[in-house]
Amino acid sequence: MSQQHLNAEEIIRISGVDPKKCMKCGKCSATCPAYDEMEYHPHQFVSMVRKGRIEELMASQSVYLCLSCFACIERCPRNVEPAKLIEAVRLAVVRQQGMSHMKPGDVPGKWDPDLPQQAIVTAMRKYNK
Amino acid sequence: MTYSYYPGCTLSTKGKALDACGRSAAAALGVEMRELDEWQCCGAVYPQAEDEIATKLSAVRALNAAKVRGEKLMTLCSACHHVLKRVNDDMRNSEYIRTRANNYLKLDAPYAGETEVVHYLEVLRDDVGFDAVKKAVRNPLKGRKIAAYYGCLLLRPASVLNFDDPENPTILEDLIRALGAEAVVYGQRNECCGGYMAMEKPEFAAKRAEAVLDSAMQEGAEVIVTACPLCMYNLKKHIGDRKVEVKYFTEVLAEALGEGAGA
Ligand code: SF4
Ligand code: SF4
Repeated sequence: MSQQHLNAEEIIRISGVDPKKCMKCGKCSATCPAYDEMEYHPHQFVSMVRKGRIEELMASQSVYLCLSCFACIERCPRNVEPAKLIEAVRLAVVRQQGMSHMKPGDVPGKWDPDLPQQAIVTAMRKYNK
Repeated sequence: MTYSYYPGCTLSTKGKALDACGRSAAAALGVEMRELDEWQCCGAVYPQAEDEIATKLSAVRALNAAKVRGEKLMTLCSACHHVLKRVNDDMRNSEYIRTRANNYLKLDAPYAGETEVVHYLEVLRDDVGFDAVKKAVRNPLKGRKIAAYYGCLLLRPASVLNFDDPENPTILEDLIRALGAEAVVYGQRNECCGGYMAMEKPEFAAKRAEAVLDSAMQEGAEVIVTACPLCMYNLKKHIGDRKVEVKYFTEVLAEALGEGAGA
């Protein structure tokens, strides 16, 4: 991990999310199709960023499992936009030198002749910087 | 009715049927799709971070090209539509992004979100009208049970996409009925298909795709239609021995109009 840890303020700035708006209703996590796959769930991203627990989130596989389905964004009664926080934490990881989660060399191993370009471009955009 | 058209990478390759049937059906309905002269990949995902500028530039170029032509920009792929619509919203409403994007691009005139981005389905609903579509049907899809799969990208966030009611959309069902078929409504129609997890964790994508397929079949679907090549991939990949077909909505549209491969 790089020395220059991003603090919570930086995550909040990049994401444009204000975690203080959250009323802890849990609706984001209840509606999240990635819930069962995740160690930290969308509402936990909100509360942990608020408490400054960024490194735990950065170290978790959860940052790679958000589908960007935007259900949590649509269904949050407070317009908190949890997926944007997850994206900002993931960017804080993959923007570090050598920390891309998926590299061009990984693609042939995941290749399937039916895969649309869209899938490859999306994964590289999400996981590689 | 003339529109600038942004096909996107996937529709020129793996998603050719979505594009080809879309073009022939549009021609039959008097809609002219004028492909942009030069377009680049939109990036396939909308970069959500406030400080992502470079990743939005190819979308801005396409939006500006339609502005220069003075035409609405029509999309067909759900993912391209999502990216172009949201970047356009940023160019209209975020001074931070607008200023920086224009500083990079140095266009003849700054771009500030002037273009209107419309999805093919919105053109059918709002400009052509489903009544006119119904009148143009030569081969009604009588007795066919067709389930619309919306997925995520056309609907959410509704505050920007402004496409349909995000929890109770009707645009695809209205089209299906206009084509003479029965519209099958089911719970998972606006939940995720697994998306790009096809690359990262295929077994997770499989679970999502199977949930969508099973939900549609429980309500009696014989055909599931989508506007997204990645939804198409995930649903088809995990169809197993389920007796259901997955098609692009333009394929059933072209078939009903007596156009294209399905005729
Ligand atoms: S956008 Fe990500 S975090 Fe939000 S509901 Fe979808 S998968 Fe879950
Ligand atoms: S849905 Fe919104 S308000 Fe409720 S817990 Fe999630 S982020 Fe907080």
